[in-house]
Amino acid sequence: MSEPADLVVVGAGPAGMAAAVTALAGGLRVVLVDSGPAVGGQFWRHPPEHARVAIPTGDLHHGLREYLALCAALSAGRAAGRLDLRLAHHVWSAVRDDEFAVHAADRREAPRERPVVLRAPRLLVATGAYDRQLPFPGWDLPGVLTIGGLQALLKGGGVAAGSRVALGGTGPFLLPVAAGLAARGIAVVTVCEAADPRAWLRHPGALLRNPGKWAEGAGYAAVLARHRVPVRPRTAITGAEGGERVTSVRIASLTSDGSPRPGTERRVEVDAVGVGWGFAPQLDLLLPFGCELTDSADGNAVVAVDDGQRTTVPGLYAAGEACGVGGAPLAVAEGRLAAESVLADSGAAPALSRKSLVRARATVARQRAFARAMSMAHPVPAAWSSWLTDETVVCRCEEVTAGAVRAACAEGGAHDHRQVKQLTRAGMGWCQGRMCGPAVHCLAAQKRAYVPAERLVATPVTLGALAQLDE
Amino acid sequence: MSEIVVDGEPLPFVEGQTVAAALVAAGRVAWRTTRVQHRPRGVFCGIGVCFDCLVRIEGTGGQRACLVQAVAGMTVTTGEHDDE
Amino acid sequence: MTLKVVVVGAGVVGAACAFHAASAGMDVTVVDRGPAGAGTTSRGEGNVLLSDKAPGPELDLARLSRRLWDEAGEELGPQSFELEPKGGLVVACGTEDLAALREFAARQEAAGVRVEPVDHVRDIEPHLAPGVPGGVRYPQDAQVQPVLAATALLRAAVRYGARFRTGAVVGAVTGGDGRITGVRTAAGDVLPADAVVNAAGTWGGEVGRRLGAPVEVLPRRGFVLVTEPLPPMVRHKVYSADYVANVASSDAGLETSCVVEGTPGGTILIGASRERVGFDTTMNTAVVARLAAQACRLFPFLGGVHLIRAYRGFRPYCPDHLPVIGPDPRVPGVVHACGHEGAGIGLAPATGALVTAHLLGRPWRGADPAAHTALLPDRFFTSGGAPQ
Repeated sequence: MSEPADLVVVGAGPAGMAAAVTALAGGLRVVLVDSGPAVGGQFWRHPPEHARVAIPTGDLHHGLREYLALCAALSAGRAAGRLDLRLAHHVWSAVRDDEFAVHAADRREAPRERPVVLRAPRLLVATGAYDRQLPFPGWDLPGVLTIGGLQALLKGGGVAAGSRVALGGTGPFLLPVAAGLAARGIAVVTVCEAADPRAWLRHPGALLRNPGKWAEGAGYAAVLARHRVPVRPRTAITGAEGGERVTSVRIASLTSDGSPRPGTERRVEVDAVGVGWGFAPQLDLLLPFGCELTDSADGNAVVAVDDGQRTTVPGLYAAGEACGVGGAPLAVAEGRLAAESVLADSGAAPALSRKSLVRARATVARQRAFARAMSMAHPVPAAWSSWLTDETVVCRCEEVTAGAVRAACAEGGAHDHRQVKQLTRAGMGWCQGRMCGPAVHCLAAQKRAYVPAERLVATPVTLGALAQLDE
Repeated sequence: MSEIVVDGEPLPFVEGQTVAAALVAAGRVAWRTTRVQHRPRGVFCGIGVCFDCLVRIEGTGGQRACLVQAVAGMTVTTGEHDDE
Repeated sequence: MTLKVVVVGAGVVGAACAFHAASAGMDVTVVDRGPAGAGTTSRGEGNVLLSDKAPGPELDLARLSRRLWDEAGEELGPQSFELEPKGGLVVACGTEDLAALREFAARQEAAGVRVEPVDHVRDIEPHLAPGVPGGVRYPQDAQVQPVLAATALLRAAVRYGARFRTGAVVGAVTGGDGRITGVRTAAGDVLPADAVVNAAGTWGGEVGRRLGAPVEVLPRRGFVLVTEPLPPMVRHKVYSADYVANVASSDAGLETSCVVEGTPGGTILIGASRERVGFDTTMNTAVVARLAAQACRLFPFLGGVHLIRAYRGFRPYCPDHLPVIGPDPRVPGVVHACGHEGAGIGLAPATGALVTAHLLGRPWRGADPAAHTALLPDRFFTSGGAPQ
């Protein structure tokens, strides 16, 4: 693609793919950039194209027909010279002067890095989310992974991280991961879901209006029943033990506030664990622009968008989990709406038919209602921090303990995660608080929504690559 | 099957796997020691966010094993025996 | 009678003012709209430098401050704010630079700074680029962790009886003689005060206006880069000699001259750019790239090291690049302590001691008002009290 682009889309997951495809259909020139080796994001994570025979993962996916249709449309866009697809490009900053400049490190020949600047008058950020973590004693033992990590190894590399696996946390994401592992012959010894399934009864409408979610859930339930995987509601993994590797977990029933019910704790032998407590949206590229944020029902601040996915910064759009965690169908619909706004704001004709547009809007409304109900039904347990001992590591990178974080709040007067960071180094390490941020936030300021620290550098980049940029 | 070289030893991998997937497939979940408490770490988030899985690749440090595609002959040095 | 003092600002300078005033027995209330050390204090590298200062009023204050940091370390424990007397190393990139640097160092030495000319810089800083013709080592240069320092000083002030309140100051309350009797907060409270210390840093201009005693304090944006944690690779605070010219510069636009140093956490800090762009918070990738390039030229190994974080802050500067410290003649009771530009961390303890001395009307902990008259606010006003 030699002519200047009309739109840069960061993130080639469901939202970014759908947005790019719609923008291409509307005649725009698009740059689609992603850090992964293939399009699909986390939800449709795939091995690179050339490896899909050696690593078959088709059985692990949901909604593959949509994925394949989007892939075909992207391929057509490339063939027509209107799509510049940049895989293995890590975006470390996006700024705006007279247009948007997206700064990336081209890592196709990793570890070599080459600086790349992608420019366009409009920018769409569809950077998704990652698992939200709550620390517990032993969560830093080898063999304890995020559930997303277990899933990524399975979908991306065809490998399982253990042979006897316990899963814990909350939210519907536990089920597909359990089903995927079970389908590959892994013994999933328990799935600890902290929430009370009866919580869903308070939101019957959201379920009834989303029959697709029913069907998906029923499918996982059938797989889990076939493999005799026990799903235990109102329980949690409250500790892990082991030396060089996790060897067992402690599981307890939870009271209504989420504290372990005395006397219910038992030990289960495992060689791997997966944990996740919903998701934290990836807002790193958006926050430095100063976009307005809004509280989402799951405890996260997310970027505020209008009904066309426009942020409060002109020319900047967002779609998918960055505007509120809600799953792939919502992300796809938001991506399409965002692209329609880009087309309209650029003075181009719409790409979607009136009927498709109405359908996308209805999907967004329905799926957001479902997401709200889901986050109400799967909250972070109020008393989760009662699992922590003072010695429990909270910040994995700088190895800051719960005791140090608590002291910073009680004695140091810290009342947000930023101050805790300054006083304890929690969140100052390699991951910049991406893992411990939500937990430190809960320990320091329970009531407010979590706004991640502003990260002017969205992903590490070598000083050598930056120096090349200066030349 | 192709091979990468991990701390001088050959390690087989399936084309398309990341360095982390190749290590996990070989039964390894830890290959680094933490700076402060010298605790073992390996793969945790699997998607490039947590930085637990860092290795040195072709001499360059700070590489997330879960993001880097394994390539035949690639030299990987783990931090298992130092305090990086 | 105990003097009632309200310190506006809980950055490192306000905390030091509170620490010294409270330890002198005054009744101190610190008020800030945010938490301790959350403004410019949290955006600095923690420089405690003599090396970058030419002989003159700022160096006089810096020499006193360097000693007071040691005393604060003895009282509060040096670990409580990561006081590291690591020393600075200024390197020259050419032989002409070296001659100028040596001449500058000789003048500093005459003013009481310890300087050690170094011919083979790689003997003391092994990872420096080859070909550096020489430099000067300044053993007194040190580093602190700024937020820990502000917090430790404030906590010690509280032990001496000071109070810390969250709130924004909206105005002064004055008596019939024009003398200040208190400050009004946004919440509508009046904090009674015999004296008000304007330690609001970059926002000192605005706070001065609200107190009826405006001073010109302007923001100068700076970015600092933070690398991945590494084993110790850089021993000193290392910078190139052109930094000396930059600090005193009054040119508009971008200036960068890189300062590289390690931290106890293992990260390497790379500073510092200076831009006059008001309070514009946007990221400037060109600045980041320039700092990276300069750092790699000094330390080639950095080319393979990752940048994991960048932060920016707004340094407060006065038009003549000197801090403004002392009583404001226009509103009796107002004492300014702001405008320290990039040196606020280093100069904080001496500023606190000097403010306390002004309030006491006699020297305090080695700070004699008669020795620091060049820092008084009077320099900005004609004899009639109007700004020049």
